[in-house]
Amino acid sequence: MAEKRKKLLQGNEACVEGALYAGCMFYAGYPITPSTEIAEGLSVRLPQRGGKFIQMEDEIASIAAAIGGSMTGLKSLTATSGPGFSLKQEGLGYACIAEIPLVIVNVMRGGPSTGYPTGPSQSDIMQAKWGTHGDHPAIAVTPAYVQEILSETVRAFNLSEKYRTPVIVLYDEILGHMREPITIPDAGELPVVDRAKPTCPPEEYFPYDEKYEVPPLAPFGTGYRYHVTGLNHKKDGFPTNDSKQIRENNMRIMNKIENHKDEIWKNEEKFLDDAKIAVVTIGSTARSANFAVRVAREQGIKAGLLRPLTVWPFPDKAVKELSKRVRAIIVPELNLGQMVLEVERCAGGACAVEGIHRVDGEPINPAQILEVIKKYA
Amino acid sequence: MSARYEIRFSGSGGQGMILAGIIMAEAAAIYGDKNAVQSQSYGPESRGGASKAEVIISSQPIDYPKATSIDCMLAMTQEACNKYHSDIKPGGILLVDSEEVKTLPQGDFRLISFPIIGTAREELGKTIVANIVSLGMITELTGIVSHEAVEKAVLARVPAAFMELNKKAVNIGFACAKALK
Amino acid sequence: MSEPAVKEKKQKLSVPFNYDKYMRPHKLPHIWCPGCGHGIVLKSLLRAVEATGIDKDNICMVSGIGCSSRTPGYVDFNTMHTLHGRAFSFATGIKLAKPEMKVIVISGDGDALAIGGNHFIHTCRRNIDLTAIVYTNSTYGMTGGQYSPTTPIGDIATTSRYGNIEPPFDACEMAKAAGATFVARGTAYHTLELEKTILAALQHKGMSVVDVIDACPTYYGRMNKFKSATHMMEVIEKDGTVNVKQVDKLPPEKVQGKLLRGILHNVERPEYCQQYANIIEKAKGGK
Repeated sequence: MAEKRKKLLQGNEACVEGALYAGCMFYAGYPITPSTEIAEGLSVRLPQRGGKFIQMEDEIASIAAAIGGSMTGLKSLTATSGPGFSLKQEGLGYACIAEIPLVIVNVMRGGPSTGYPTGPSQSDIMQAKWGTHGDHPAIAVTPAYVQEILSETVRAFNLSEKYRTPVIVLYDEILGHMREPITIPDAGELPVVDRAKPTCPPEEYFPYDEKYEVPPLAPFGTGYRYHVTGLNHKKDGFPTNDSKQIRENNMRIMNKIENHKDEIWKNEEKFLDDAKIAVVTIGSTARSANFAVRVAREQGIKAGLLRPLTVWPFPDKAVKELSKRVRAIIVPELNLGQMVLEVERCAGGACAVEGIHRVDGEPINPAQILEVIKKYA
Repeated sequence: MSARYEIRFSGSGGQGMILAGIIMAEAAAIYGDKNAVQSQSYGPESRGGASKAEVIISSQPIDYPKATSIDCMLAMTQEACNKYHSDIKPGGILLVDSEEVKTLPQGDFRLISFPIIGTAREELGKTIVANIVSLGMITELTGIVSHEAVEKAVLARVPAAFMELNKKAVNIGFACAKALK
Repeated sequence: MSEPAVKEKKQKLSVPFNYDKYMRPHKLPHIWCPGCGHGIVLKSLLRAVEATGIDKDNICMVSGIGCSSRTPGYVDFNTMHTLHGRAFSFATGIKLAKPEMKVIVISGDGDALAIGGNHFIHTCRRNIDLTAIVYTNSTYGMTGGQYSPTTPIGDIATTSRYGNIEPPFDACEMAKAAGATFVARGTAYHTLELEKTILAALQHKGMSVVDVIDACPTYYGRMNKFKSATHMMEVIEKDGTVNVKQVDKLPPEKVQGKLLRGILHNVERPEYCQQYANIIEKAKGGK
């Protein structure tokens, strides 16, 4: 059976499969390289299951429509790339404060601005966390394999529905466009989380009830008539100017993620047990790092790999712990230094931290990483 | 490193190089018993410019998806040949279209110049299947995947109306390369 | 509601209209200034909603940012106060996801025609079944009276102290050109007429736009030397407009330079969600 379902899929096609597996029923988007294949795929597949697809007039409208779709109870997705992700920041902040589940895929390309549309990049790591104004929670998952794009897209939907917050699926052009054989999991193989809905009578319902960490969200049109706003609000969803309530509102949306980081974090570790030199990296760069670490091991160098599958919240605990037992942490990334700052913060001087950076539209190759590993061997 | 077999298909946008790469990867990973990843690089436009598709084939899991040391490369334009031939490994193969690539590069590789587009035009009446002819040739030259797997992969990717044409194209490719051996 | 009851001799209602049925009374007082017509428009809207007979559970009201966009907070529907200019896009998502819901968009002229101009155009083009009420008061009231896309040339605003040099938009002409299938205009002054116009908009299948001329005495009025709120309503809304049905009966000089009220455009064209339902049929059948 499994063999039958083996397919050679592009990363973006696997994202479509993941969204469908998770139960996505609504997509709104705008064409942009290198993520367009997601929209193309869902425009065909969603109506086949009664779902809705719409191509909006721009990126801002796309995220707004997707949030609207989610308000009716449908699992909703929008996908984009760098410049489009910049435009979506406004809607992303709205989904954060209004606590509306939503998955946003950002297939990273070279920038700034129009940059290099068909070239890979990992320069939106910080944008994924700090792109929208104001303090807000951020979850970003970072797959590195085509199969993993499927499973991490499912996980993104699960986290989004569970925590009532937008979740970003962050991968680069190489992964978006490369093809790898994958198998589509059977129903039940991967967990699928559905949104909690209220069971109380409408008159007792508060969409932002502080007695819950994550209050249940009633779909529009189900008898719970309530108000949603992007203003700081009270538990009933109406705006407030009360500083105590504003603080409580802000802190709850932060803490619902902060207090559950252990459940949200996911890392892959390779050869770390006795490693003296660790590579910490994500996405397609982690594939190069894996290659480099294997070659280093063959040469007798005690190198290992820590690959976060959740870059936000940043895996502080794992990196802190790692920094205390290795000589050096190497951080290769397709930008001029973003994740390395987080690693330096976590290491706090406990070990050497060195970045490898590249912004020429080419991937960081295994030889580049191996060279730096050898420097610390 | 030796566990990886690397093939690069290069030409200009619109010549079907990426499709050739996809079919090669499917022949190896879906219709064969190997692992394969296919990646590509091209400009923002749908037509023109140098484009390349790379296929890594291995019996092991494949991490780095891009070519590092190429076993076999196809160049269907002079621009692609000039731009991409430098990382062919010693003893590797470079197959070029003899009509398009007039200035032949020097290097420690086996250079084969063959009228691929001309063969598609004369034998099949359609230059559009030159990529499939080249795929047949590369299959024969490298022996990395079986004829049967490539033929199945080709037929699975093309519309019903063009199956016969493509089947002929891939088989002409096999025969042309066999004669060169 | 703080406005005095409208003097309506012609009003057919035998009992006073029960606005509380549609309001969230505990959310009052509203934020609108004395003399602002937004409350009058809301009352017309609620009477029209009552006339449609649609259950409150099946009504969704979506707004952007600005004075008029605070309306959803006061009414007992499924309500969403969204981002500046984006109400049309949020509403499009809600409507497409749940076509059985009646979705009303509340927007101001800055919200709909400036920052949301592109969304407005494309929502009209799609002919999706939304009813948009655009409150046109020629100013950005929430931010203190800057010139807007409907401020007449020469008028004063906090950002056009020397007189506005930008020509104003006509929301109705724009909606019609973009493809909305129902386009109408009303004013806060002609409250009963507005109620009927909004009712017709709510009953229309497709994108309906009602441009409501509604003066802002606090900023626009004071800066442009209007004596009072009522004076403004008389000059801009009563004397500055003419019902489209009377155009042929009036001498040209009584029509010239005036905005037309009433239903200005009403055509049938396939509605977006209905067409998408066909897509679903096709996609399911084609598999």
